[in-house]
Amino acid sequence: MLAFLIKRTANAFFVMLAVAFLAFLIFRSFGDPVEMMVNEQATQEDRAALRERLGLNDGFLTQYVRFVTNAAQGDFGISYRNQQDVMVLISERFPATIELVLVATIISLVVGMPLGVLTAVHRNSRLANFLQLGSIVGVSLPSFVVGILLILAFSVSLGWLPAFGRGETVDVGWWSTGLLTPSGRQALILPAISLSTFQITLVMRLVRAEMLETLRTDYVKFARARGVPRARVHWVHALRNCLMPVITLTGMQIGNLIAFALVTETVFQWPGMGLLFIQAVTFVDIPVMAAYLMLVSLIFVTLNTIVDVTYAWVDPRLKDDSAKAGAANG
Amino acid sequence: MNLKSVLIASVAVGALSLPAHAENILNWGSSRDIGSLDPYSYGDSFTINVLNHAYEGLVRYNLDLKIEPALATSWEILEDNVTWRFKLREGVSFHNGNPFTANDVQASLARVSHENSPLKGNLPAYVSSSVVDDYTIDITLNGTYPLLLNDLTNIHIFDEEWLVENGAELPTDIGAGVEGFATYNANGTGPFIVESRQPDAQTVFVVNPDWWDEPAHNLDGFVLSPINSAATRVAALLSGEIQFTESAPVQDLDRLAAAPGVNLLEGVDLRTIMLGFNFGETLMSGAPNPFSKNEVREAMYKAIDLQLIHERVMRGKSRVAGAVVAPPIPGYVPELDTIPEYDPEAAKAMLAAAGVPEGLEFEFNCMSDGYVNEEQLCQAIASMWSRVGLAPKLDIAPRAVQSPKRTNGQTDVYTLGWATLPMLDAYSPLLQIFHTKEGNSGVFNWGGWSFPELDALVQKAGKELDTETRLGYETEALQIVKDENIMLPLHQQPMAWAVSDKVAEMPLFPDNKPRLWFTQMSE
Amino acid sequence: MAEPEQTAPAAKDDLRARQANGVWSRLRESDLGYSFVRHPSAIFAAALLGLIALSALLAPWITPQNPYDLAALELWNSEIPPIWDERGQLPYLLGTDVQGRDMLSAILYGSRISLIIGFASVILALSVGLTLGLIAGYFGGWIDNVIMRIGDILLSMPFILIAILISAMATASLPPSLKSALAAPILIFAIAVPSWVQYARTVRASTMVERRKEYVQAARLIRVKSWRIMLQHILPNTLTPIMVAATLNFGLAILSEATLSFLGVGMPSDQPSLGTLIRFGNEYLFSGLWWIVVFPAVQLCLIVVSVNMIGDWLRDALNPKLQ
Repeated sequence: MLAFLIKRTANAFFVMLAVAFLAFLIFRSFGDPVEMMVNEQATQEDRAALRERLGLNDGFLTQYVRFVTNAAQGDFGISYRNQQDVMVLISERFPATIELVLVATIISLVVGMPLGVLTAVHRNSRLANFLQLGSIVGVSLPSFVVGILLILAFSVSLGWLPAFGRGETVDVGWWSTGLLTPSGRQALILPAISLSTFQITLVMRLVRAEMLETLRTDYVKFARARGVPRARVHWVHALRNCLMPVITLTGMQIGNLIAFALVTETVFQWPGMGLLFIQAVTFVDIPVMAAYLMLVSLIFVTLNTIVDVTYAWVDPRLKDDSAKAGAANG
Repeated sequence: MNLKSVLIASVAVGALSLPAHAENILNWGSSRDIGSLDPYSYGDSFTINVLNHAYEGLVRYNLDLKIEPALATSWEILEDNVTWRFKLREGVSFHNGNPFTANDVQASLARVSHENSPLKGNLPAYVSSSVVDDYTIDITLNGTYPLLLNDLTNIHIFDEEWLVENGAELPTDIGAGVEGFATYNANGTGPFIVESRQPDAQTVFVVNPDWWDEPAHNLDGFVLSPINSAATRVAALLSGEIQFTESAPVQDLDRLAAAPGVNLLEGVDLRTIMLGFNFGETLMSGAPNPFSKNEVREAMYKAIDLQLIHERVMRGKSRVAGAVVAPPIPGYVPELDTIPEYDPEAAKAMLAAAGVPEGLEFEFNCMSDGYVNEEQLCQAIASMWSRVGLAPKLDIAPRAVQSPKRTNGQTDVYTLGWATLPMLDAYSPLLQIFHTKEGNSGVFNWGGWSFPELDALVQKAGKELDTETRLGYETEALQIVKDENIMLPLHQQPMAWAVSDKVAEMPLFPDNKPRLWFTQMSE
Repeated sequence: MAEPEQTAPAAKDDLRARQANGVWSRLRESDLGYSFVRHPSAIFAAALLGLIALSALLAPWITPQNPYDLAALELWNSEIPPIWDERGQLPYLLGTDVQGRDMLSAILYGSRISLIIGFASVILALSVGLTLGLIAGYFGGWIDNVIMRIGDILLSMPFILIAILISAMATASLPPSLKSALAAPILIFAIAVPSWVQYARTVRASTMVERRKEYVQAARLIRVKSWRIMLQHILPNTLTPIMVAATLNFGLAILSEATLSFLGVGMPSDQPSLGTLIRFGNEYLFSGLWWIVVFPAVQLCLIVVSVNMIGDWLRDALNPKLQ
């Protein structure tokens, strides 16, 4: 077990090194940040001097080694755009994105699980068919369209909820939270719903599939035969059996939601990491793009590794190389 | 990473906005964020404009955009014609309580003109300064130069002691990878004090109760929140989340005008949008370049239906332009502002006569985050040129991607907007755009043209201290620009601010800069 | 909403493929055609998708205007509302946008781009994934290691991030003359790059399982060539999960293209896809020009919904446990 743990960790480390290389490769060909930083009246010599000071004239390998060495120490330099320490910028945005993602995840579980059970238990009923159809639509709606529609309906037409931003925030230690103020909670509703539509249908479909399989098992049949009430069998015994895959899926999906939050954050002007990244892309703010990519990949790789190790712990057979592929895929 | 500054920033955020409801707090939804709290960090008009609420210069523009005393009360040019003596205002203090003296001016000028300062180009003639006494300072220039006061309106003054205490005497050096203290913190003499800042989220300003001037506003503070998406900005205004935006989308003005509780302030910006051509030997494709011929440029001008663009793309809100500077700019005369007749047939004939091949492909460089409705404008022009037998290849991308290509002449046709800021004088485009590219001149001469006659006029204007004579030279130079069709002016772009009816008074400035110290909210 | 659907259920399918040996044989027994007829929603979705695809393919012949031809756009005809509005006019059935582009033509051309990009990226990812998965699973050793590590790296960056970066980088570094010609291929590539791994993993896993079986060993003993073993025995066994995944990925690829174009790193404005059209329309959300955003959004949703309905039906039909 320990050997496996070490192997997986080493693997994760190697992957992060490669991500750093890719990130570096991509950013080298991304355009010229100097033009965005200088004054309209700067001369060619000024620009050349700045390029020199930024180290943009150094050789490829020199720049890469510098990048990786600094990145390993959590130092991504300062943002070209607002001249602030990149890690400070990202750590300020981090709570906003995480709160959004966690609330979206909770919504997806609270809404998705009961719907999944309903569609499985009342299979082929009108309600179930309707919900199934609804879940296909939910999976198919682009999240930016959902966001635009929500703003149109609840902010502009009804005026109930804010269309942008995070409302008032309160600091708990270094973590700024919007959950403790009324305006912060209100501001969270629309973006969280918009981000969770896809996840809801995902949870619902997974629960439905698992339930359908569980309902066929002898375990459930016995429970029914023993005279346990139907509702209790469905909502307690059978649902409990589906929890493990749902938890795994939710855990794996957090990384995806963090990345995908960038679309939601763009539509709702949510001051999270994704918005920072999109703005960095249009501004060619290379240090911010690099740090964001590395951070999100780190979260991703960590979650992957945890799931792998947990699987191996639960089912030792999966340590066998041939089966690993499936587990790593979640 | 700098944890301490995180803590400082977050404590400040925690402290804000508690009594926000009872007071006159203006929520300003801007189209973009400021780059930094350091006014010398970033040669960008919007950042400097917003920071002008906390920092001030020696002189400033008044309601009519005329220069008036601010931190300096009077000035004179000494006998050598290159040294200016400024008398400074007494009894002014910075937000941290330190008194304002000549040493502060000297430290600020040294900082802004430092080799690493991105803003040194905003003070091109500066050589040195010397403190005469606490309230008198001499500024020495590299020659006779008529526009020093215009330049100084945008050179904000720091507190020397504060700079030294915090190790910020030099401008932030991005190359060193170290954050500057002034990036996060502000300490000026202006009407508002920066209370907190979260980049891209909000920057909170509260009123400065000890401001030296009589406030013409009744604000207790304002909050700047950048909202990049135009549609979201409109939604936020309609739902009352913001009370002001300096960038209301042109296409939504009718909707905003009809909405209850929203008032529009419309005008025409000083910014003239123009098309520029590469004058090089060949096009980017390698084909011979016809754009260096005046008759080709003239034909391409005739092929553009300026009136239609004004009506549709700009929704009747722009001002069709025939001159490269707007009417309020010194140096402008109405005779320059004639608009060519739209005549695609004639244009086609002229192009053929000039030997331009049918279906000539060339690159047309536009920015997706540049000027008002630029993407749409470029598509419309490309479509009009297609109809006279040309084949423009639209190249639309963000400013950061396009700028290097433009400045290095790596395109055939491009857009350029020029508002003559911060100088507010025709000398600005003449020197920066139309002069031959050499040294500090012609930095924006991306097409690589050279008109010696024009250069001579510009140089004479740059040394002439008599305003009338100087403007005469400038007008003469503008005539050459017009006759040679060096660049094709399209329009002065529309400017639209939108405020909620809680704002009782807000003057709209033609340089498109909000100056909230003139804003009254209804009680 | 890209990756989620890809990873989890596909992994389940892939687990199923390995656990339940008999999927393929049972699939043969179950009658796909019969199941299709019994599912009206699948028929409806297939008909709708067929209609959309047909109209999109025939767009150059049936639309009143070529929306990609700049000379055909007339600014005078901009912002005409749909024909049922009293200000509407022929031939602009669904109105025109702010450039005078006929919305119906733009939507059909846009659908064509969206469908082509979706289809081509799935095919590209599929062929790369199948090939590499077979090679990795069959040969094992260092080849397997290299291929799967590359896959690991790609999967440790979120799908949407890779696609944004590839697309933004390519458009930033290409000369403008090539930009419009290469816009679609770049997007195909950007979407395919992160998605081949899933196919490769599925194929590799079942290849490894199959390889140990006696018939493969026997085939090796009698020196039947390796590629024949792979094609004849291994490939058919993995087709079921792959087919389902490919269909669902087709919908996702179309969504991804739309998302990239919406964020401004996809199709350029002179060759608008559905996502580009929605991005334009979004700017006019409050200007009363609702038709610029609504019609492309509806068309995009129709396409993806019908693809997903077919995928959903296929998954249920091919999964014997749900019958």
